[in-house]
Amino acid sequence: MSDDGEKPKLIGELIGDNRQMLLAAIPFAVATGMSVSDVGPARATLTLPWREDLVGDPRSGVLHGGMITALIDNACGTAVICSLSKMTSIATLDLRIDYLRPATPGETVIVDAEVYRSTRSIAFVRALAHHGDKDKAVAHAVATFMLGANKAPINRTIAREVEQNA
Amino acid sequence: MPDTASLPLLDPLNNETLDRLMRAIPFARLLGVGATTGDDGKIIARMPYADHLIGNPRLPALHGGTIGAFLEMTAIAQLLADMSGPGLPKTIDITIDYLRSGRPRDTFARAVVAKHGRRVANVRVEAWQDDPTRPIATAHGHFMLPEAPETEEA
Repeated sequence: MSDDGEKPKLIGELIGDNRQMLLAAIPFAVATGMSVSDVGPARATLTLPWREDLVGDPRSGVLHGGMITALIDNACGTAVICSLSKMTSIATLDLRIDYLRPATPGETVIVDAEVYRSTRSIAFVRALAHHGDKDKAVAHAVATFMLGANKAPINRTIAREVEQNA
Repeated sequence: MPDTASLPLLDPLNNETLDRLMRAIPFARLLGVGATTGDDGKIIARMPYADHLIGNPRLPALHGGTIGAFLEMTAIAQLLADMSGPGLPKTIDITIDYLRSGRPRDTFARAVVAKHGRRVANVRVEAWQDDPTRPIATAHGHFMLPEAPETEEA
């Protein structure tokens, strides 16, 4: 019935328990404490626990908007990787973020990102940052990415892992 | 939550107060962002290269998020420099265009306040590395300005 067997599997389906590797090779993601909590065929969920050194306003303890930007950028990029059938380099073309309300001090930020359209060379992504209640989102974002942006794959280890699982 | 630390005011604006302000923002310290002002009152912000700012070690290239955050910080720093009262502008939205990958070296940025309204400001920002005429990223955003302090008791 289904022709799924004909379609190459996507990295988001193959990576499984190895999903932390998507961030392990990204020094800034490691330095700020991001982690991958879930992945799917063309989506990814990243989390960032609150940390004092990521704060923008020391009076309130609210995370810096730029930190939310960086987390969203990374979540969108991870969703794009998950939407591909083989490891290729990607580059952010643009990223627009609407800050809907301040992040709650002390709370983990969750970003759900999904590729809602992709062509051979471009991926269109949207993302929502929240603390668990999507009706009270912290930020909403849309981004576009270029696929096959340059010759170097972003991470050979992930590429190998994915090939082995395929 | 920390409630006691206060941000220094930028009045009058000089490089010492600007530096104190940047050091008072924890995330600015993490990125290593500093800023100086030119004679025209315009800020030049600098994000010195550090290994933890890398997003793609194979190229290598700076993490796009660090560049976005740096642009946003520069916009806010310029707004603070133009303001006289206390309080921090809050980002309403920001759009970042990535033009070139950020190389592992120092990055600079400057902001132009396109419109400074009573409540909202529109700011354009540009980041570059070696050559100011070849920006690696640009951004534009809207910022909610802190309410002007009451001049007298109601």
